[in-house]
Amino acid sequence: MYEHDVIVVGAGGAGLRAAIAAQEEGADVAIVTKLHPVRSHTGAAEGGINAALREGDSWEDHAYDTMKGSDYLADAPAVEALCTESPKETIQLEHWGMAFSRDEDGRVSQRPFGGLSFPRTTYAGAETGHQLLHTMYEQLVKRGIEVYDEWYATRLAVSDDERPEDRTCHGVVAYDIQSGEIAGFRARKGVVLATGGLGQVFDHTTNAVSNTGDGVAMAYRAGVPIEDMEFIQFHPTTLPSTGVLISEGVRGEGGILYNAEGERFMYEHGYANNAGELASRDVVSRAELTEVNEGRGIEDEYVHLDMRHLGEERIIDRLENILHLAEDFEGVDGLDEPMPVKPGQHYAMGGVETDENGETCVAGLYAAGECACASVHGANRLGGNALPELIVFGKRAGQHAAGRDLGTARIETGKRGEYEVGEVDTPVTPGEVTGREPGDVAADGGAAPDGGHEPDGSGARETRSDGGATAELTPDECVERAVTDERTRVDALMSRDGTNHANIRAEVQQSMTRFVNVFREEEGLKQALRDIRDAREAYQDVAVSDPSRTFNTDLIQTIETRNILDIAEAITLGALVRDEFRGAHWRKEHQERKDESWLKHTMLSWNDGTPEVWFRPVILEGEEKAYEPKIRSY
Amino acid sequence: MSTQLPETETQEAEPETEQPSKGDERRAKRRRRAAERERERQAEEAERAREAEDTVQLKVFRYDPEVPEKEKPRFDEFHVPFTKGMTVLDALMYARDTYDSSLTFRHSCRQAICGSDALFVNGRQRLGCKTQIAELEEPIRVEPLPHQEVVKDLVVDMEHFYDQMEAVEPYFQTNSLPEGELDEQRQTRENREKVKMSTRCIWCGACMSSCNIAAGDNQYLGPAAINKAYRFAMDEREGEDIKQQRLEIIEQEHGVWRCQTQFSCTEVCPKDIPLTEHIQELKREAVKNNLKFW
Ligand SMILES: Cc1cc2nc3c(=O)[nH]c(=O)nc-3n(C[C@H](O)[C@H](O)[C@H](O)COP(=O)(O)OP(=O)(O)OC[C@H]3O[C@@H](n4cnc5c(N)ncnc54)[C@H](O)[C@@H]3O)c2cc1C
Ligand code: SF4
Ligand code: FES
Repeated sequence: MYEHDVIVVGAGGAGLRAAIAAQEEGADVAIVTKLHPVRSHTGAAEGGINAALREGDSWEDHAYDTMKGSDYLADAPAVEALCTESPKETIQLEHWGMAFSRDEDGRVSQRPFGGLSFPRTTYAGAETGHQLLHTMYEQLVKRGIEVYDEWYATRLAVSDDERPEDRTCHGVVAYDIQSGEIAGFRARKGVVLATGGLGQVFDHTTNAVSNTGDGVAMAYRAGVPIEDMEFIQFHPTTLPSTGVLISEGVRGEGGILYNAEGERFMYEHGYANNAGELASRDVVSRAELTEVNEGRGIEDEYVHLDMRHLGEERIIDRLENILHLAEDFEGVDGLDEPMPVKPGQHYAMGGVETDENGETCVAGLYAAGECACASVHGANRLGGNALPELIVFGKRAGQHAAGRDLGTARIETGKRGEYEVGEVDTPVTPGEVTGREPGDVAADGGAAPDGGHEPDGSGARETRSDGGATAELTPDECVERAVTDERTRVDALMSRDGTNHANIRAEVQQSMTRFVNVFREEEGLKQALRDIRDAREAYQDVAVSDPSRTFNTDLIQTIETRNILDIAEAITLGALVRDEFRGAHWRKEHQERKDESWLKHTMLSWNDGTPEVWFRPVILEGEEKAYEPKIRSY
Repeated sequence: MSTQLPETETQEAEPETEQPSKGDERRAKRRRRAAERERERQAEEAERAREAEDTVQLKVFRYDPEVPEKEKPRFDEFHVPFTKGMTVLDALMYARDTYDSSLTFRHSCRQAICGSDALFVNGRQRLGCKTQIAELEEPIRVEPLPHQEVVKDLVVDMEHFYDQMEAVEPYFQTNSLPEGELDEQRQTRENREKVKMSTRCIWCGACMSSCNIAAGDNQYLGPAAINKAYRFAMDEREGEDIKQQRLEIIEQEHGVWRCQTQFSCTEVCPKDIPLTEHIQELKREAVKNNLKFW
């Protein structure tokens, strides 16, 4: 067993910032990450970091823009933390040497971005995320913070008190990808989840292959509620074969969208008669898909984004990297031909429920970054607001986990007091396949379910059956037990015959893209739930066919696939229950924002394998200001 | 399938081994059938691909120290249906997901930014995700990066590369931080332009693998690490005394002077970093530096 004060799972922007903050508080901290830190997906961010740095701008304006952009589903205390602390955190990066783009006077440059009332997006060329990730990793090296890289975390070690609010997280179990060793990591003070996005739930995404929502799924199954999962941001211009992002900058410079008939459909079919190609991301995404669905798509799949008329000189000057992307990833020369584009999954607004200090309802468990929902993005994230989220909430979570008192949070977590129960009519029973045997596939990763096993391997667990009178395990025993569970699961996966995970994964991804995409209809959402159920059943027969313990990516992907199943189902359940149109969530049968009934977060609790939907009101009152819902128009 | 368990304690946790219940038997049977179907499907797919017209032929290096059939390095052949825009990484993923789930390689971003899929493709270091199949001659030979220890299939051990990167104090250092926490350390546009290319490195290791000198001298810092040193040494915000310290690091025995300007690193760098130029410039700086003290 490895032991540290604070264990950070994940080494993207959020994880690195959390580790640095925890160490500055005097904690002995270590990072466990499935990729070497510089390989994290934060490196792919292009646009920039929003921070109110200049005269004429203020954190209040940033907060206002963010609340409005969220379609009034963000919690004001979290938004205020984001906007008041982003300037200092951004300049902190500058003090660590980050290579920002510079103005004539030597100060960092800022540029305008969608939905912002001031040009407050601080950037480093079109590679802001790369510069940020590397700068922070450099600080990690400087401080000698320990990194267990290519270690895959599979399960949280959480005490098994009846109510999640009474549980404590004592550490994680992780798997050394290189050697196959499965080991416990005991955290004396806290565990910070910073595992990033979940784009792999869809078959077309701008996200990395490693973004499989592991942290969200692990926390969910350990009893932590997950929040606003239905809110998925789709980006209108991604390359069809890979999902690589073509920046909004192309349309900003005057790029035009055409359908198969050569029509400039944004105008000709009346999707946005004023803004045209520059309408907001959700509007353009819906327009493109409508063209394809009505038979005016190219190869029934995509539309064309043309920038040839801008001329070679201007393209090379301002959009050079777009030429490279189109050439390298699609084999298309943007100077000579239009580029194929279609909408792709881009960002998950929901995630692990935390308060503004990054803490979850399980003591000692924190989450930050894209896997968390604090919540600052509500129903729709503004471009340039995710990177500040990483550094602000990464820092807060790290400090808090290391023992610093950040004051009482205003956002509540867990099911405390009264809450509204949600009802959702599902065609199949969601959740885990019942009648599971101990040691059966159990590609689980949470607190062991009822009928899990006892440390002696004899079957039923003594604790929960007798009404929550917990047999007290020491923290070490809690971690040990999780390790044993995990070894059993991995042995089972490797020793039996069965199906490969790849088909199961592909089927869920395709179903999600078909039914839980930009457009959502009741029947489609139900079909997705049926497909996910089928995939769950098929997963009962999953097996790893690579017999090796060395760098077994077959095993890793099999475990990831289980996470994808749980996350896909959570997104779909949320989408089905929310019968309104808000932000990124569009429902065919419900095309209006319903403030009277829906100014609330969709919460989902795993509840030992039976997902339970409930709601929590959104907090629109900040410390100094209240935000009145208005129509979102720009 | 066989398991090769390094630890025996895990064996004990296996449920009810002596007396399998009816349910267990049924489940086992179902899984065997599932595995059977899986194998049939793979075989059919492979057959279809071999017969189809537009397929790509890959010859992929295989090695696994733990699996008897793979202990001896060999090449496996895969036929993958070609689609426009397909990259080497796409083809590898297709082969893995369709024919052989044990085929092992690193990858993540698919957009040339995470640096994890540097491979030796048709005799040259390239990023799998950034290499269009259409531009390659068939059969396409995919091998792990040369001069690095192979862990399994296409995965190499990167520890040595990381050690070299970390040997150059790869972090910003300055003695003149502005007072206020919101005050910036101004940097001229020219200076940012000067270091810009050097900051683009994604730690893929292609340059190191292509370098003859690094292959012969294990202690040579190598192009990526020297480029990292350049990134800071040329940053005007660090100040003269720290630059001095940096020059001492890169001037050491296994530093810049080992470079024989063969340009192979510059040729393979997927981020177009002018590595050789940067190394040369540091050599000049080092000379100037020494002259000062004559
Ligand atoms: C193409 C693209 C462009 C973007 N552009 C912008 C932009 O311009 N501005 C902006 O504000 N936002 C942007 N975003 C969003 C933003 O970049 C992401 O939300 C953010 O980088 C996520 O950071 P993170 O630290 O939460 O996760 P990541 O950077 O994804 O890191 C996740 C980490 O967790 C580790 N991990 C995951 N699972 C496990 C496990 N089971 N065990 C161990 N480790 C694990 C991984 O190894 C990795 O280190 C963009 C996103 C994309 C995809
Ligand atoms: S310098 Fe270029 S080739 Fe070398 S590691 Fe960096 S990106 Fe790769
Ligand atoms: S997969 Fe990230 S660089 Fe190729």
